[in-house]
Amino acid sequence: MATAKRELIDKLQKEILQWEGYKPPSIGIRGGLGLGTLEAAFPNGVFPQHCVHELVCANSEQAAASGGLVTGILSMLMQKGGVCVWIGRAKRLFAPALTAFGVAPHQVIFISLHKDKDTLWVMEEALKCSGLTAVVCELRDMDFKQSRRFQLAVENSKVTGFVLRNAKDKLSSTACAARWQVRSLPSTDLNGLPGLGFLRWQVDLLKVRNGHTGSWALAWQDGHFVPGEEPVVNEERQVG
Amino acid sequence: MAIWFRHLLTDGLARRRPELKALPFVLVAPVKNKIIITASSPAAEQEGAFTGMAVADARAAVPELLAIDDMPGQAAKLLRLIGLGCIRYTPIVSLNLPDGVMLDISGCAHLWGGEREYLKEIVLKLRAAGFDARAAIADTPGTAWAVARFAQKRPIIASGTQAAALADLPPAALRLEPEILDRLQKLGFRNIRPLLAIAPQSLRRRFGTGLLLRMNQALGHVEEHLEALATPVSYTERLPSLEPIRTAPGIEIAIEKLLEILCLRLQAEGLGVRKAILKCHRIDGRKVQVGITTAKGSHSISHLLRLFKLQIDKIEPALGIELFLMEVPRTEEMVVEQEQLWAEAKGLGDTSLAELLDRISGRVGAAAIQRFLPAEHHWPERSIKLAGSLTEQPQTSWPELPRPIRLLNEPESIEVMALVPDHPPKLFVHKGKRHMIAKADGPERIGREWWQDNGQHRDYYVVEDTDGCRYWVFRSGHYDGGDAQWYLHGYFA
Repeated sequence: MATAKRELIDKLQKEILQWEGYKPPSIGIRGGLGLGTLEAAFPNGVFPQHCVHELVCANSEQAAASGGLVTGILSMLMQKGGVCVWIGRAKRLFAPALTAFGVAPHQVIFISLHKDKDTLWVMEEALKCSGLTAVVCELRDMDFKQSRRFQLAVENSKVTGFVLRNAKDKLSSTACAARWQVRSLPSTDLNGLPGLGFLRWQVDLLKVRNGHTGSWALAWQDGHFVPGEEPVVNEERQVG
Repeated sequence: MAIWFRHLLTDGLARRRPELKALPFVLVAPVKNKIIITASSPAAEQEGAFTGMAVADARAAVPELLAIDDMPGQAAKLLRLIGLGCIRYTPIVSLNLPDGVMLDISGCAHLWGGEREYLKEIVLKLRAAGFDARAAIADTPGTAWAVARFAQKRPIIASGTQAAALADLPPAALRLEPEILDRLQKLGFRNIRPLLAIAPQSLRRRFGTGLLLRMNQALGHVEEHLEALATPVSYTERLPSLEPIRTAPGIEIAIEKLLEILCLRLQAEGLGVRKAILKCHRIDGRKVQVGITTAKGSHSISHLLRLFKLQIDKIEPALGIELFLMEVPRTEEMVVEQEQLWAEAKGLGDTSLAELLDRISGRVGAAAIQRFLPAEHHWPERSIKLAGSLTEQPQTSWPELPRPIRLLNEPESIEVMALVPDHPPKLFVHKGKRHMIAKADGPERIGREWWQDNGQHRDYYVVEDTDGCRYWVFRSGHYDGGDAQWYLHGYFA
């Protein structure tokens, strides 16, 4: 009786997910991005591609770390070629750094804007464009209405959107698929060798639609993500 | 078609100073110690003050005569303005100094319902603006010039009847030099008719080639070219409106109609628009224009219309727009695209991407959109350059050395403690915050390019503090007795 009920509930949940636009990965196509256990937090256990993700950044260091993680994800999305639009405030991102994450910088179109109003307009137009693979934009703030507009734009065009926004004391709710926070972690030890090791981040999923939140450690090593062995629980660590 | 302004200078002045309109006034300039009248107003002419008289003599006839100093170059300025205004009637307008304008009206008159209506429209418009204009239409510029100035009536000369029209006009109608005119006068040529009967050889012997050339030009035996005031653009469409248009939807419809014609033409020739300009002639005589540019040649009506829609609010219709003119000064050959059935064309050549960028540049300006290519410089600020076009590919490979994902526009000064000279710092203070450094890589020395600028080289270190944040810091110059300056230049992911 209990198993029958669970099966029924599972089936219903799957149907609801489908209605909401989350399709189960088709057989034969590897949907994963190599994010390891982190991906299990998302519905169906796959990183939702045709959605808008928001990353909150409390300071410049976190913004850089978020930029790194997004670029890493972009390199996975752009494997089959593709173009990305990066909307930010004047000249923040340094293009040559993208090569380290496996993204050809000349495949990225930068749009530098000063006003949030323009940024929102450009972001929405870009998300509607099906010729793009992904759109990243840096915003000061975003309200629910705007995030809903982004989500609606994305549903038709199948573009992946990332919004890097400033962290505030109280973040309003948005229609984004997930809210991330990325911090740098000390790089991995290279068997006692001096110098810096591979980049490592602590990735917190603060909110996931139809999924569960959590905290993970991720490293970037030779062009792909390497999930940390054990979930990092390091609550007393101060930001920045 | 030739237009002659009998009182160009005085009309122009009266237009600027309406109080002069009814007064007898003259423009004067000193010639050989005498003050000579260079232009006189209609009222002054009626009283007997003509161009070429000395002011003193004219004053004797007209005591209340007003003399105003002539400004040299004013005629050319006025004619240029009038000529630019005439572009709404024909694309080829040329100035005919000192007092006329020539229009090449081939294929234009039928738009106004025939040559008679066309001429009436132009002359009435000029007279309404305050210019005493006379115009004439003929096959050749020479005949039109003569008829506008010397014929009393019938300003429209039918095709092929130049000789008949010229016959009764005085020889001065042939645009001749004063010496030849003098000689003709002495010989008793009161009109052109007897000249036409004389054999060309004897005319050449007596008067030189000048007279023959002018005659042949007027009769149409020798081609005469008009020098266009503004070079006409080869892809131009015009749309006159019956009623003045003042609303945004009206303008939109006009743009769509123009685009339909233009795009069809361009499509047939395999070209695409790179730059288009919409010029709106308003009924108050002013002109407003907006332009669009595209990143990639396009002849898609819907796309171009969308670009223009972003500009419509910049058009100020005022009392109404009576003529829309769309010019395409820059075109590009289009690669004929095959419809893609299954492959998803996601790349820099994608049409939807080009259209997106056009919309963005229409709204926020093209300068905001940047694409970078590697430049062969080690100096970080110079290591990237802007790509010229959307599909330009890098000539060299991107550098492999570690570079920060966020580079500060200006390096920020930091205070540093290093244990040993030429070692990475142990701690640094940036904006009042201490960063203890746990790991460091470096240095990477980047020298200045001496042929571009001189100054200190930089020794870059990648450092990681105890929190795990990674920074790009550098020391400017050598470590000399501990007073070297340190800077923070970027953040690593």
